Amino acid sequence: MSDDSETVTTPPDTSPDEEASAETEASTSTDDSGSPDEPTASPPETTGDSPASESGSSNGSPAPEGRLSIYKTYKLYIDGQFPRTESGRYLQPEDSEGDFVANICRASRKDFRDAVVAARETLDGWSGRSAFNRGQILYRMAEMLEGRRHGFEKQLMDFANYSEAEAREEVGTAIDRLVWYAGWADKFEQVFGSINPVSSPHFNFTTPEPTGVVAVFTPRNAPLLGLVSAIAPLIVSGNAVIAVVDNEAPMLAMEFAEVLNNSDLPGGVINILTGLRSELAGHVGGHRDVDGVIAYGASDEEEELLGVEGAENVKRTKFADDPDDWTSDDCQSPYRIMPFVEFKTNWHPVGV
Amino acid sequence: MNRPTDVRELLFGDTWEYSPAPQSADFADYRDQYGHFIDGEFVEDDEYFESVNPATEETLAEFALADASTVDRAVDAARDAYETWQQTPPSERAKYIFRIGRMIKEKSREIAVLESMDGGKPIRESRDIDIPLAAAHFFHYAGWADKLEYAFPGAEASSIGVCGQVIPWNFPLLMAAWKIAPALATGNTVVIKPAETTPLTAMKLAEIVQEAGLPPGVVNIVTGAGDTGSAIVEHPDVDKVAFTGSTQVGKVIQRAVAGTDKRLTLELGGKGSNIVFDDAPIDQAVEGIINGIYFNQGHVCCAGSRLLVQENVHDEVVAKLQHRMETLRVGAPLDKNTDVGAINSKQQLDKITDLVEAGVEEGCELYQPSCEMPDTGYFFEPTFFTNVTPSNRIAQEEIFGPVLSVMTFRTPDEAVRKANNTPYGLACGVWTDKGSKLFNVAGELDCGVVWGNTYNQFDPGSPFGGYKESGFGREGGRQGLLAYLELDET
Repeated sequence: MSDDSETVTTPPDTSPDEEASAETEASTSTDDSGSPDEPTASPPETTGDSPASESGSSNGSPAPEGRLSIYKTYKLYIDGQFPRTESGRYLQPEDSEGDFVANICRASRKDFRDAVVAARETLDGWSGRSAFNRGQILYRMAEMLEGRRHGFEKQLMDFANYSEAEAREEVGTAIDRLVWYAGWADKFEQVFGSINPVSSPHFNFTTPEPTGVVAVFTPRNAPLLGLVSAIAPLIVSGNAVIAVVDNEAPMLAMEFAEVLNNSDLPGGVINILTGLRSELAGHVGGHRDVDGVIAYGASDEEEELLGVEGAENVKRTKFADDPDDWTSDDCQSPYRIMPFVEFKTNWHPVGV
Repeated sequence: MNRPTDVRELLFGDTWEYSPAPQSADFADYRDQYGHFIDGEFVEDDEYFESVNPATEETLAEFALADASTVDRAVDAARDAYETWQQTPPSERAKYIFRIGRMIKEKSREIAVLESMDGGKPIRESRDIDIPLAAAHFFHYAGWADKLEYAFPGAEASSIGVCGQVIPWNFPLLMAAWKIAPALATGNTVVIKPAETTPLTAMKLAEIVQEAGLPPGVVNIVTGAGDTGSAIVEHPDVDKVAFTGSTQVGKVIQRAVAGTDKRLTLELGGKGSNIVFDDAPIDQAVEGIINGIYFNQGHVCCAGSRLLVQENVHDEVVAKLQHRMETLRVGAPLDKNTDVGAINSKQQLDKITDLVEAGVEEGCELYQPSCEMPDTGYFFEPTFFTNVTPSNRIAQEEIFGPVLSVMTFRTPDEAVRKANNTPYGLACGVWTDKGSKLFNVAGELDCGVVWGNTYNQFDPGSPFGGYKESGFGREGGRQGLLAYLELDET
């Protein structure tokens, strides 16, 4: 979504950029903060609306006869929970007709930092899972998405102006892509690792390991398939991910978070923030506990900003195209796994 | 509980005098002054700087100082040569690279002597490690040139273009080989800058490149200091930048290429840990510790500059380390008996001295053996500190000298935590007799190389490179090709 087509609302006397963090730092003591006025004390509260039933009733759809539909509250997905943005700010994307859909969270830098903490926390456990198990969980994600296929199709039509055929293709490809990457989990190490014949009497082998915590600015195109295509190659090797979603239908990403939440995926492996890429890019690039960043369809300015900021901790910084058509097989490759693995070489003497 | 350490041992160092065993240098041929090597010719420049023999403090030779316009010439030459080089049949490309490897081997003793004279490293190391490995690196990558289609399944590999490469002074010729060999094998052309304190063997390599008949402009070597390096990195017609050096400079380069389409690989600093468990073969571990930190005067990015020793064998390891260090001979790099040669430069000697002083000031306990030190030249005693905490400067900062920090741990988890407690992630050593423990710890360490029951091993077929702030990209082996290829996956 381009910036001028949405309503960006900030609390009074808070400018969108620099002030945001001042406000967000003091979140627990200000009224802007989402959590203190909630009945539950724990900040990442999950209310009953998150694992929605088969979502035929997408927000913005007209009320069926005799009944007023309920609007869905879209929140963030951090550490396996659905907290509101601590900043209390929101964005208002519109549906295909230009009508109200939802007040979705406009994630702050503090939200991002929280997500990094969660990702770092879960990293060892996730990368320590067997490759086979990671593959099973990616497959489980595909199963869960399959079960909600029609809901996603409808939302693509309602929110992103997809035709029925386009919607069916995007969801189907997203499911298939998850299955495709699931199969790579216990194979890419065999294909890209090596046993190295060295001249000295040593056993020597090289294996790829995950880079660590990786932030991804997801594609603006293909609100579901773009997200899936960006995330799957990162987590299959054992990385933990923070996805920043800024497109015309970010609701799809939060619906997908519900799929993730039902997929045996440990909390924190994938965190999803809806917000403004332009606002968060500098902070993401400069965050010292983020090991890698990939941005899809980045502008020249964003590339320079992420590159300069990322140098602070020798971040692995990558940029990738955001094609109009994400359904092509060109959009999946084991070489999309490679940029965020580190090759470790082990030596041991051979002898008695 | 400590094992007994009062076993009878022979100590040769103070019983007999070693006779000098100098490697003769009279056959080693070098000029008083070198220009740049651009487009297949040696070319002069307006300004020159001196390279000093750090063991004698005497000027060895003068080298041309490249400014931006000279770099421009070199990049133009590389660009022109790229058009034909990338279309040269790969098997022909391979043969050129094989030639270079062979010719290095043929001149290896001469180059080893010059390497030791210019850089200060013991002749034993330049003769047995640096130069043979450099030749082997060309030999290894030569064979890749016509087999690239088998390297990365499902992807079509092509060259990138002009590579700008900047290398350090600790392994001058070897680093040149690590940079040039894979670049040529993949069809790229090169502009490379050796370090300002060690340009001599790079110019010998230029002679070899010329003698090998490599098409002009495929390899260009320009000499100079930091400004010359910046001019290469920032040159708009350079497609790929490869840098080996400090993390500080690496970050500057990463910022400089931000927002450009340049590809980048960085091999940066380190603060490696040698982790010694109580079930390790202690005598071998002590050899590994010595090799880990005193090899090449500690001027090694992957040096084992931190020793993490399990608490119950700390005293034994330290006693044996002290004992072993008594036999280390510090002195003339060209003496074949020398274990620890000259510190590469006055500047580096000052840096080491400052950090050692900081260690003493912060309350760490210093140990240095009673070795004889030369009267002239830049030398530093092999040193270790005990009573070090992870927050001490000597435990955090890369010293790049013969200085070891000894710390203890109780459990494997603690060892891993301490080893990983650094922004660096280049290499670690693990010493234990138990295979399951070794594999477990090796898997937990955040570093690109793990040496199990050994240290400081290198091979052209073995990928080398860092995690975290030790950089990205690998050098060596199939994975080392990735830095110099475009992969088209479709």
